[in-house]
Amino acid sequence: MVNIILSTALAIIIISIAITMIRFVKGKSSVDRVIAFDIMTIASIAMIAILAQLLGRIIYLDIALVYGLLSFLAVIIIAKYLEKSL
Amino acid sequence: MKNFSITFIVLMVVWILLNNSFRLEILIPGAIVAFVISLFACRLCNVFVDMKLTPKAFAYTFIFLGVFFIDLIKSNLDVARRVLTPSLPINPGIVEVKTTLKSKFARMLLANAITLTPGTLTVEVKDESFFIHCIDVQDDDIEGASKDIVKKFEKYLEVIYG
Amino acid sequence: MELFGAIITLLGAIFLLIASIGLVRMPDVYNRLQVGTKATTLGTILSLIGLAIVIPGWSGKLILLIIFVMMTNPVSSHVLARAAYYIKLPYTSRTVVDKLKVSDKVLNVEMEKRYGLESKTLKVK
Repeated sequence: MVNIILSTALAIIIISIAITMIRFVKGKSSVDRVIAFDIMTIASIAMIAILAQLLGRIIYLDIALVYGLLSFLAVIIIAKYLEKSL
Repeated sequence: MKNFSITFIVLMVVWILLNNSFRLEILIPGAIVAFVISLFACRLCNVFVDMKLTPKAFAYTFIFLGVFFIDLIKSNLDVARRVLTPSLPINPGIVEVKTTLKSKFARMLLANAITLTPGTLTVEVKDESFFIHCIDVQDDDIEGASKDIVKKFEKYLEVIYG
Repeated sequence: MELFGAIITLLGAIFLLIASIGLVRMPDVYNRLQVGTKATTLGTILSLIGLAIVIPGWSGKLILLIIFVMMTNPVSSHVLARAAYYIKLPYTSRTVVDKLKVSDKVLNVEMEKRYGLESKTLKVK
């Protein structure tokens, strides 16, 4: 029962990443694309954590932590570049 | 000295949470590394200096966290309602508010709290004015907006950081 | 108890879905940031809390992840909002007030001081 509900949550998160992809393709401006990228990474942190439970491996949580750290740095650096202060 | 010990404690807590165990052969290397890092970095991270370590400040920290979480949930329900309504009921704009907090770390906490609460997003901070993008502008003069947005967090942060 | 945690995780996933729908529907950059920051923060926090209830042994790392998401998410959205303001992305036509524009002259002086380039006045479309 728990596994079924968690699989449903995983499916919902994958659908939400797919919807975010629409904004990533449509864009209009670079900041829109960076926001879409940021939301996709945060959703995939939750996705990796749920996968860690379903597969029973705690080591996946470390991957989620490093993934979040790298995406935060990437967003900050892209924003600095857009502000022309890099 | 206060600076050094707070940095050391924060690093040790992160290390213990990361390893999830209290065995001695994990604690000792962590303690050595945390000691060396906080020895060299304690001059750089002087954000904790203004923090008061009285019991009242601890109590107000927990009250602040409680108020913050209730506001976080309220803001999310509000945003969810706005997104799912077909006509998109938004009324956006950028307003200015003033804060009376002096400490830098307290201002950072205030800006983060504002960003995570109902329909507000900090765009720019200049000295003591915050420029805030609201999804639904109620009151666009400085005093009214300050009363609506800032006051409910400021009264707790003022006690914690003085 | 495990069932309760799983339901909380499902609730967090639904908030993430709302965030992505809002990202597609909102008319300008600032409103997209509003939805993107708040709904994803609560969605991720709820998912991780639910997992911590399902497996209590993992709660240390999950708490670290929650603190990390809560500290970094507002900062990155604030930096993006400031970048969007300084490169003068247009607002939606429903914007009612812009107090930052009142001090636009001060902003220009500061931009010149920081980057040495002459910035034009902001246009509200």
